[in-house]
Amino acid sequence: MNRKDIIRKSLIGLAGLVIMIFAGISFYQHRHYKEQVVISDQVKVKKLGDYFAAIKGTNNDCNIYIVEGTEPGATMMVLGGSHPEEPAGRLAAWIMVENSHIQKGRLIVVLSANHSATTVTRPSGAYPQLFTIPTTWGGQKFRMGDRWSNPLDQWPDPEVYIHYPSKQNLAYMDIRNLNRAWPGRANGTLTEKTTFAFMNLIRQEKVDVVIDLHEAELQYPVINTIVTHEKGQDLATMASMTLTDFEGFSIGTEFSPKNLHGLSHREIGDFSDAISLLFEAPEPFLDATRGITGEKQLLEGKDAFVVKAGKHGLLYAPIDDNGWPIATRVGRHTSTILQVMTSWNEFHPEKEIVCEGVPKYKELIAKGVGAFLLDPKTAGAGKVIFE
Amino acid sequence: MNAFFTPIISILYYALIAYLVVLIIYNLIKTKDWKKEIVYVIILIPFLLRLFMIK
Repeated sequence: MNRKDIIRKSLIGLAGLVIMIFAGISFYQHRHYKEQVVISDQVKVKKLGDYFAAIKGTNNDCNIYIVEGTEPGATMMVLGGSHPEEPAGRLAAWIMVENSHIQKGRLIVVLSANHSATTVTRPSGAYPQLFTIPTTWGGQKFRMGDRWSNPLDQWPDPEVYIHYPSKQNLAYMDIRNLNRAWPGRANGTLTEKTTFAFMNLIRQEKVDVVIDLHEAELQYPVINTIVTHEKGQDLATMASMTLTDFEGFSIGTEFSPKNLHGLSHREIGDFSDAISLLFEAPEPFLDATRGITGEKQLLEGKDAFVVKAGKHGLLYAPIDDNGWPIATRVGRHTSTILQVMTSWNEFHPEKEIVCEGVPKYKELIAKGVGAFLLDPKTAGAGKVIFE
Repeated sequence: MNAFFTPIISILYYALIAYLVVLIIYNLIKTKDWKKEIVYVIILIPFLLRLFMIK
């Protein structure tokens, strides 16, 4: 190798090194970005590892926010971030933590159920790493995530994922999908250990109702609906009928298939005393026929290509040029949670849960999500928690 | 069994990546074609990012 070859190879190698450093910094900053949560005096924060030691110190040792009411009653748990590429679920949970005032019962909220999946975006998806919700105090940044746990935390994937304990064969990458890993196992993968820890939490805290918040592409048939375990059919049906009649949006009810395993609405109901429900809101960002997958699309939910797909009859939910803005999607979730509480109280007057302070659908659309996010700079000492 | 084998498979996976990184760098040094050098550098980046546990 002559001097000319050495100089050329060094320059090419240096260019590659610069690209790698810039990319590496970007990926590192996304993985380690700290989102801020402001809590009130009513909120106690525990860790998932408190319920299963093997999770302690891992990337999935997420925060558990417990809002304790002044009077005893039912315990409801809201899971945000099972799929962190579905941001309305996390944001609705965020609003519940920062705004809930519980008079009766207990509300347990999780913002990053699969924390590992909040630290990565979909390969080749060209997703934004962060997105900002505008507020009067300057805006709050959130991590955009993925459907699956970060491969840095759990890798490699098998040829076929065999779900435990049903032995049902699932797609290989779903071994990192939190909502295909219920009820989990103590000696399994990180994702299985995470759901195992959540099952311990549900049993130890005697949770009555678990609500798992999701979003779906409009080309997916399970959308704008509450999916319910058979134990929650009355509750879900009453909630969906009331919402459709009085709240200003339409939401259906679907029953959890008994032979489809790994999902929260099936396994939590089967393996605990809790009623398990899963809510789906529409997210055009996830549609295969979408346009540019940017922050604007994520927040406004507008996409000409998805609208065109609708005109060809390819969608299971309506869409027009107004799209599905983030406030509409978050509002569907908060209103549905509150309605489930109301319907629960009608069925169980001896064991109520009463929650105030959380905005409903119309209020969220009118004021925007940012109006209900609290400014960490004005929070008292010890009242800002990092996700 | 699962808890026993999973870390071993992960270690083998990272060892495989390290081996491929060595092979790519070896070929980068050996080749005389500048276009191949660029290709080797480009394909080296994701392997290094995974090896350093960044991506």
